[in-house]
Amino acid sequence: MAKHPTPLLDQLETGPWPSFVSDIKQEAEHRSKNPKGIDFQAPQDCPADLLGVLELSFKEKETHWKHGGIVGVFGYGGGVIGRYCDKPEEFPGVAHFHTVRINQPAGKYYHTDYLRGVCDIWELRGSGLTNMHGSTGDLVLLGTVTPQLEEIFYDMTHKLNTDLGGSGGNLRTPADCLGQSRCEFACYDTQDLCHTLTNDYQDELHRPAFPYKFKFKFDGCPNSCVAALARSDFSVVGTWKDDIQIDQAKVKAYVGGEFKPNAGAHAGRDWGKFDIVKEVIERCPTKCMSFDGALKIDNANCTRCMHCINVMPRALRVGKEKGASILLGAKAPILDGAQLSSLLVPFVPVEKPYTEIKEVIENIWDWWMEEGKNRERVGETMKRLSFQKLLEVTNIKPVAQHVKEPRSNPYIFFREDEVLGGWTRDINEFRKRHAR
Amino acid sequence: MEAEKKIIMDFLEGKKGKTKFYFNDLCKALPDMKQRDVKKILTALVNDGKLEFWSSGSTTLYGMVGAGKQHSTEEGE
Ligand code: SF4
Ligand code: SF4
Repeated sequence: MAKHPTPLLDQLETGPWPSFVSDIKQEAEHRSKNPKGIDFQAPQDCPADLLGVLELSFKEKETHWKHGGIVGVFGYGGGVIGRYCDKPEEFPGVAHFHTVRINQPAGKYYHTDYLRGVCDIWELRGSGLTNMHGSTGDLVLLGTVTPQLEEIFYDMTHKLNTDLGGSGGNLRTPADCLGQSRCEFACYDTQDLCHTLTNDYQDELHRPAFPYKFKFKFDGCPNSCVAALARSDFSVVGTWKDDIQIDQAKVKAYVGGEFKPNAGAHAGRDWGKFDIVKEVIERCPTKCMSFDGALKIDNANCTRCMHCINVMPRALRVGKEKGASILLGAKAPILDGAQLSSLLVPFVPVEKPYTEIKEVIENIWDWWMEEGKNRERVGETMKRLSFQKLLEVTNIKPVAQHVKEPRSNPYIFFREDEVLGGWTRDINEFRKRHAR
Repeated sequence: MEAEKKIIMDFLEGKKGKTKFYFNDLCKALPDMKQRDVKKILTALVNDGKLEFWSSGSTTLYGMVGAGKQHSTEEGE
């Protein structure tokens, strides 16, 4: 028998999708039976009360959560987010319901032993409810009480060799696609870069000194499986400099129906015979491809959108001179609407020990820490103080790739000392002809 | 380091009514110092048990241990 009746939440279980309500109910029941005889360190009826308070919020259309606080582990400014219920008498199981963020491994590869370890710690010391994974990438443990925080941190670091993730005005837990470990499109080793920067920037991850959050994401190619350029302040996206590699015999095999396009995806329906002109040539966003029995690509005009390669992966491959583009400033719509990252470094070779990339990062941080307003994302600082200023502080020369469309964002202004021979003008003479 | 620590603590004690501060606000107490160096002093004060972090989840503020609200929303400015 459920602790609280939840008629409104029950409706959420009737749809076609798996429901979080069913999951929480399952955990509530499991905890009330406690078949393993665990000496729960967080309230046994935590999931049951979570359902109760959520039902109440659905009824009243008002939240009963207070957020924020000094809770955390000693010396860390992030990783734990304080949550308190404002109806603790009615729902004592969630009077404290703090979230713990755990730094996920690069590429999110886990051993099942490890996951069992996480679950055991969390069953004992928390609500038993997890969120795999949060949108930043962390493994999120939902709901525990203040006295358990140091215990969880001790167990995580000592038993599982795992650290907390970032929150607040910190570097957030860096995230990457699985890259070269499984994917032939990867233009650099995303996992190594992600892991290295996570280790190198531990201080920035745990001790807040930024105006607001700062996210790194690493995509191995423009397919953007972690959506770096939409979801991170500092987006690294794999790319190549030379030509797409074409195997003409295999192009013919696709045309002849020998290979399935898109590696057999979209097979739920009969789309008819593969038509290279309709499905590839005409879909190329820059119209830089042609087909007359042989496939031709005008590589200078290719934007590396990946479409043709995704459709015919056996025939086409990314180029041989691989590296990454760095883009800056994506964010969600809190202020000024959502924003994608802007291209900052068109091409950088991605090689250990990643000195070039780290130099760009640190120049940006120094500038943003100095100039950024409180709660201002770097993308907003960039817009407020100009892209040109960003190029200056990162010592990057303006190039054609920085211009989105000719004459639409002419943000590059030349200073007198940059113009060969300089120029002179008499401002008074000028004003005679042009009113202010 | 000890002299700078004292400047920060005096700065905080002098602020009546306000108990939580952005990193940027604290840098104003040591205007000639690089921000990364100010951070080292704040970290040392946290490790000494004199300062503590207050976090809303999205932003983090610094305050003297025990001062002001300990939980629930208090978004600084
Ligand atoms: S982003 Fe590209 S390289 Fe990374 S997993 Fe996706 S397709 Fe592969
Ligand atoms: S990657 Fe995209 S832009 Fe480049 S040739 Fe293929 S379809 Fe065209």
